[in-house]
Amino acid sequence: MTVIIDYGVGNLFSLISSFEAIGAEVTVSASPDMIRKADRLILPGVGAFRDAREKLMLSGLDKTIIEEVGKGKPLLGICLGMQMLFDKSYEYGEYEGLGLLRGEVRPIAEVIDPALKIPHIGWNALHFTRPSPLFRYLNEGDYVYFVHSYYACGCEDSLIATADYSHPLTAAVSHGSVYGCQFHPEKSGEVGLKILRAFLEIDPVKDTERSTVC
Amino acid sequence: MITKRIIPCLDVKNGRVVKGTNFKGLSDVEDPVTLASHYSLCGADELVFYDITASSEGRALFTDILTKTAKKVFIPLTVGGGINTLEDFDRVLKCGADKVSVNSGAIRNPALIGEAAKRYGDQCVVLSVDIKRVDGRFTVFSKGGRENTHLDAIDWIRHGVDSGAGEIVVNSIDTDGVKRGFDLEMLKAVGDAVNVPVIASGGAGSIEDFITLFKTLPTVDAGLAASIFHFGEVSIASLKEALYRAGIPTRLTSSERT
Repeated sequence: MTVIIDYGVGNLFSLISSFEAIGAEVTVSASPDMIRKADRLILPGVGAFRDAREKLMLSGLDKTIIEEVGKGKPLLGICLGMQMLFDKSYEYGEYEGLGLLRGEVRPIAEVIDPALKIPHIGWNALHFTRPSPLFRYLNEGDYVYFVHSYYACGCEDSLIATADYSHPLTAAVSHGSVYGCQFHPEKSGEVGLKILRAFLEIDPVKDTERSTVC
Repeated sequence: MITKRIIPCLDVKNGRVVKGTNFKGLSDVEDPVTLASHYSLCGADELVFYDITASSEGRALFTDILTKTAKKVFIPLTVGGGINTLEDFDRVLKCGADKVSVNSGAIRNPALIGEAAKRYGDQCVVLSVDIKRVDGRFTVFSKGGRENTHLDAIDWIRHGVDSGAGEIVVNSIDTDGVKRGFDLEMLKAVGDAVNVPVIASGGAGSIEDFITLFKTLPTVDAGLAASIFHFGEVSIASLKEALYRAGIPTRLTSSERT
């Protein structure tokens, strides 16, 4: 069973529908017990980092997530959910993340051509920097849908794909059993559904060993 | 690079798509779910659902079909029509909309843009503006283009973006339905004034019109049209292939790219 962690951030409608469309059994829950029982976890998120981080902390779910991931349970963070996997974020201040991945989240304005629009919104192509079981059904250059104004950096050890916006922005990351997408697979058409399917098929033991080796 | 977006707009009345009449192979062209899936499979980058019903029964049918579509179609969905309050935002977002487009509702109550942006994020709020030249000035019209608000369009759009609108849809009343191309002069004026995505609407009659739009105006991010797609005059698949061949950044599937 896959649990979508519901901590009151953003709209989960499309995410739930996407999993239903690929025939997956998902449960939306905010209960530590359910998170412990789950085979794999989805950490969604839309909105501001501080808000989301506070909600996760107040509910105590942050500790449960860290514990479960420590046991090798696959976790997929999406958009803000991915950003929260890192050490810290500089969105309207300086806030600590879950620290599951090395790196920090900074404004894209610091690195992109000033003539480009913010947020980075729309369809952009994925460029793989390392092979990943998440991309099992994908091709280099496949398009996914982004909406974000902050990006993860200093995460070379977990980077698996970038998207070019005058700067190679972090698009997807993976380390051990932890995976993250800056884009929205639930809004990325067929390509997005293929990513979700690949995540559900990740073998916690085999795939984690493989990704730790490279 | 971010691709240019092609956006078909579906007018929905009493739960049915109005004007969708010319698709071979589709069993029910008036069914929003069928038509939305069809467009999504053909490569539409986003869909706009426009609620043109006035009655509360019609509104309930609209949210019902929106829910059904959002359960089947996994590309961004924008909803417009009859958005006047934060409750309206809430109602359509809960049914699976990703963005909400405001027009007359924001003219009546300009604070709506800021309140919605604060609650749902700038990326969720689309300001749609119907513009017509009056004495050589770009002027905002409300109520589906029937009422002159005497607002200067560029001032209104700047104000909307400052308040938190994350995207602007420019509907040129002057070129709407003429099918001789988008209103490049108007779109340039808007694109030069703001730094959020600009969506062109009104005037598309052919594939060439989209190529001209994107080649002439780099500040325009998307092209929106309704009847030319619904009547099959322009197919989305051939439009996207033509854009790609013209060197315009376009989202194609991996098999189409090779």
